Amino acid sequence: MPAQVRSRSCPNMTALDNFASLRWFAPELILSVGILAILVADLFAKGPSRQRSSMIALGSLALALLATLLTMDGEKRGLFGGLIARDPFTDFFKILFIATTAFVGIAALRSRDTIEYRPGEHQDKESGEFYALALTTAIGMMLMAASTDLLLAFLSLELVSILSYILAGFKRRNRKSSEASLKYVIYGGVASGIMLYGMSLLYGLAGSTNLTTIYQAAQASTSTLTLIVAVVLCLAGFGYKVASVPFHMWCPDVYEGAPTPVTAFFAIGPKAAGFALLIRFFNGAIPAEIHTDMFRSSPWPLILGLIAAATMTLGNLAAINQTNLKRLLAYSSIAHAGYLMLGLCAGNADGQRAMLLYMVTYLFMNLGAFLVIMALADAGLGEDVADYRGLGQRAKFPALVMAISLFSLTGLPPFAGFFGKFYLFAALLAKGGTMNVTLALIAILNSAISLYYYARVLKAMYFEKAESDEPVAIAPIHTWNMGLMAAASLGLWVFWSPLVDFATNSLPQWYPAATRLVAAAAVLP
Amino acid sequence: MMGRHATSSKLEIDKKMRRDKVVTKPLERVATRSSSRVPPIFVALVLLAPVGASPAHAADPLKPHLVLTPSKIELPQEGGVVEVIAQNKGTAPLDIWHARVSDGSDGFSVDDLRRTLAPGETVAIKVKFSGSKTRSQAFGGLQVLSSDTRYPDDLRTAEVENIASVPLQVNPSWLLTLMVFIPLFGMLLVMFVPKGKDHLTKWVALGVAMVPVILSVVLYAKFDRSFSVAAGNYGLQFIQHAVWIPSFNIEFYFGVDGLSVTMVLLTSLVSLISVGASWGITKNVRGYFAMFLLLEAGMMGVFCACDFFLFYVFWELMLLPMYFLIGVWGGPRKEYAAIKFFLYTLAGSVLMLLALIAIYYNSSAGTLIDGTPAAHSFDLMKLTYVDAGKFANANLTLLGFEFSKICWVGLFIGFAIKIPMFPFHTWLPDAHVEAPTAISVILAGVLLKMGTYGILRINFGILPTASLWAAEAMAVFGAINILYGAFCAFAQTDLKKLVAYSSVSHMGYCLVGMAAFTQTGFNGAVMQMFNHGTITSMLFILVGVLYDRAHTRDINKFGGMATQMPVYAAFFGFAFMASLGLPGLSGFIGEVLVFLGAFPVHRVVTILAATGVIFTAAYHLWALQRIQLGKWNDAQWKDKSIFPDLNLREALTLIPMAVIIIVLGFWPAPVLDLIGNGMSDLLAHVNGHAGAGALAVLP
Repeated sequence: MPAQVRSRSCPNMTALDNFASLRWFAPELILSVGILAILVADLFAKGPSRQRSSMIALGSLALALLATLLTMDGEKRGLFGGLIARDPFTDFFKILFIATTAFVGIAALRSRDTIEYRPGEHQDKESGEFYALALTTAIGMMLMAASTDLLLAFLSLELVSILSYILAGFKRRNRKSSEASLKYVIYGGVASGIMLYGMSLLYGLAGSTNLTTIYQAAQASTSTLTLIVAVVLCLAGFGYKVASVPFHMWCPDVYEGAPTPVTAFFAIGPKAAGFALLIRFFNGAIPAEIHTDMFRSSPWPLILGLIAAATMTLGNLAAINQTNLKRLLAYSSIAHAGYLMLGLCAGNADGQRAMLLYMVTYLFMNLGAFLVIMALADAGLGEDVADYRGLGQRAKFPALVMAISLFSLTGLPPFAGFFGKFYLFAALLAKGGTMNVTLALIAILNSAISLYYYARVLKAMYFEKAESDEPVAIAPIHTWNMGLMAAASLGLWVFWSPLVDFATNSLPQWYPAATRLVAAAAVLP
Repeated sequence: MMGRHATSSKLEIDKKMRRDKVVTKPLERVATRSSSRVPPIFVALVLLAPVGASPAHAADPLKPHLVLTPSKIELPQEGGVVEVIAQNKGTAPLDIWHARVSDGSDGFSVDDLRRTLAPGETVAIKVKFSGSKTRSQAFGGLQVLSSDTRYPDDLRTAEVENIASVPLQVNPSWLLTLMVFIPLFGMLLVMFVPKGKDHLTKWVALGVAMVPVILSVVLYAKFDRSFSVAAGNYGLQFIQHAVWIPSFNIEFYFGVDGLSVTMVLLTSLVSLISVGASWGITKNVRGYFAMFLLLEAGMMGVFCACDFFLFYVFWELMLLPMYFLIGVWGGPRKEYAAIKFFLYTLAGSVLMLLALIAIYYNSSAGTLIDGTPAAHSFDLMKLTYVDAGKFANANLTLLGFEFSKICWVGLFIGFAIKIPMFPFHTWLPDAHVEAPTAISVILAGVLLKMGTYGILRINFGILPTASLWAAEAMAVFGAINILYGAFCAFAQTDLKKLVAYSSVSHMGYCLVGMAAFTQTGFNGAVMQMFNHGTITSMLFILVGVLYDRAHTRDINKFGGMATQMPVYAAFFGFAFMASLGLPGLSGFIGEVLVFLGAFPVHRVVTILAATGVIFTAAYHLWALQRIQLGKWNDAQWKDKSIFPDLNLREALTLIPMAVIIIVLGFWPAPVLDLIGNGMSDLLAHVNGHAGAGALAVLP
């Protein structure tokens, strides 16, 4: 019986010992070497170290990507005795995180926000730390996506969190940045505490922190209420990472206060990592169906559905009145966390594939918007919507990139965001059921609402007049970076089929039976 | 020898499994077609890293690998034979079980094949097209069933088939593709015109807009008016049909029947006229014309697309340029009007998106055009002629409602907002008043027709029973549109708003005609769509001409214009007469056909709607009288020299429409011949699903 359950939860997973694991742990190891190299190089640096540390960081990211691509073979392995997994699912997220960190790293090269200019002082040295911190966060995110053990899940989540606190407060002398950091710490501490309590309940049920063992124990468990309480408490921690209601409160303040490259990083990296952990948690540790008197069927879709509906609605409604662009995008990212959660509500391979696809499109469109803010902030513009008046004339290219990113975020075809959303909604409707169809309806009306506040930015950029007609000068590296994002948002459909195949192959076969259901059940409720 | 033995016994097992139907079917045909595991975008974007062959691949067991060449086959129209080479490029013997053509590949045939190919061995498969007397185009797919498990399976059968496929085409047409993509190409061209050369930009835009007109004249001339669904290809002509996104069964499918040809003609013509009407634009000319051409591409795409997904993409694509065209180049309240237009239309189209996905997941399994098996379909023609009966099943529900009805309502709201139907019409007057002249022309001339076109093509086609169920409601809303629009027009002092409300009123005739479900009613509705496009274009250009001179559109400030601008007054009077439906001009034909078609079915509603004609005449004549006749308003306009008569450019934008209006007024056959077969096919299709006595005659 245990063997059967084991194969259901992690089929064909071979556990490797510590030494054999190292080969498959290469990407993380390479990044660790990179971090140490940055720190050592910083120690001996005379003069500005920014250039050097960024080169080391980007180089190690490139090597880590290469290592990931070379060692990915579609096999499932449990590294370090089954503590972390190396499977196509983690490979997908490794590539996603490396890409995110690299794009943000390139953007931060020229960003004022990651250095602090103070007249007469040589502040440039700090940026070395920025890259070391970003790389460490990247390792944390990779571990989050890979952990198959509650202990490691918690540790990696905390690693990302603590690094995030530091990154949020990176502008030491800026009050807003410090405030953001402090708020982040407090909310994060509370959420972690609640999650830890939930995890301890799970440990109490299973007698182990291993997700597979928890799966077996939870399936056999008669104390459904304990299980539900434990999962809901765990959701606090994950929900805080992905900024879903009711753990979203930190998000706008932190996004506004943190340096813009860091905000861009937060909006994509840790959020995606949180979703990776959620997918693994709900498929590896928590049984889909509990049959007791209390619940005829699984309560998870209902809980997740309520959270998703609340998250996207609140995010979109709150964004309407924002004047600060970073706050506006913060609320928009809350709403997008809600959309992403729809994939979990579908609770099948279709939904998870849609989530993975959406994360890729989200990377490009959201980063595109943040890169524009970064580039314009470096050129001396403010971060309010009002500062963007007449941008369509003053800075044609950044305005165009912003428009493309915002349309993509709204989910209009032919931009990438539409295809991402289409897959999410399609997964819900394919699953059917009154709740799923209602959720899809709520989501789709939400995306119509979201147009309103995205259009406010467009209106400011194109319909209103600027106070000055002076063209805004943009650093070439920003232009290239922005161009890349806009091209991806605009032309991702060219690569759509291979991307879908890649995402499909990245899904672990958690539910061998459930995935087939979709094909048969073409009939809606 | 050992290895050989092992593989052949494996094959035995495979076959046995296949015979015993043990192998469970894959979820969807997703991963199976993948050739590379890493999407190129990741590799290309981050770093050009080589994807190394991992050790696991080397350890793979021996596998067969079927490759078909060429990957696409075109056969001559008069019939012919082409050989397809099947090669086993794998390391194990390959069993070919069958070679056949996919369902619906009429006219194609292939010699069946059953043999085992050793690694490296090839075999030729003969594909024949027998030629067709009824149609010049044919599309289909060659399917080769083999033991290569990389290929997808047909979900309709219990057996596992592993179908490799090659598209077969006879005479695919590039005309529509060119028509849609030349404006898109022109958009790029306009953007590369050097800065400051506004005049050149305008000429480039005019040149680009000219191409679709020429192509649509070719289309009009070559269109076979006797072609119908019975002749094949679902009654479509000038088809281009290929697979676009295989993982979601989305096809690139363009084709036209009589209805779409009419709309394509209207679109190209109105677009050309509008370029002429945009000659006065001075602000950011390049941006204006780039957006304008993008809009034209979107509109063309909507009328040509025969794949639901493709249709939706073009439908939404059109929103973006429209938003900017109103918002940047519009009047004083442009921001409000632009966002109102955008939000209204988007709210409608997201409902359409939901209905689209729901319909997709309830469509039956089949094959894509190239023969690849597909679990579901976006093909509008298949949804119409194959699946409509399935959707009509009353036991199929969604959210507790009958599936066909709730989908019908979702789609209908999306289209009704575009028409615009009362009570979703409030965006239209705002958008019209703020939009620049040429954009108003496009908006009224083409965009509104998309709503009625969508209802005819999608609501009536895919959900015929629900359409009949809603017929009375549509007729009532149509009558409300006619009367309410007319009354609102009465109350306007802004000439442009008056014309805008007259559009609301006139689109009501289309609704009434469509709701009749008679041949005459359908013909009248399409006729009215075309006529309204030409007449309203004239009206908005005339309003623009007046506004350019007076910088006001307040009807009360004018008077006696005919004395100062006689030519203008002549055109003005002509257009207003056409709009109010004067016999002898084309507006009359559409209205009469609508009433003739609707009267036997919806008597009370038709009588009420017909009273609208009186009000329409009244507000038209009243406005005409106050502007053109009477005394010159000396208090307002001391300097008469600001009112020169029409110049050549303005006259050139008006004359083509005027000619069409006169010709169609006396001889409507050019349009009626075009649409006749398409409309009777649609009517037969709807009635075919209704059973006997579907639509009770109202008192």
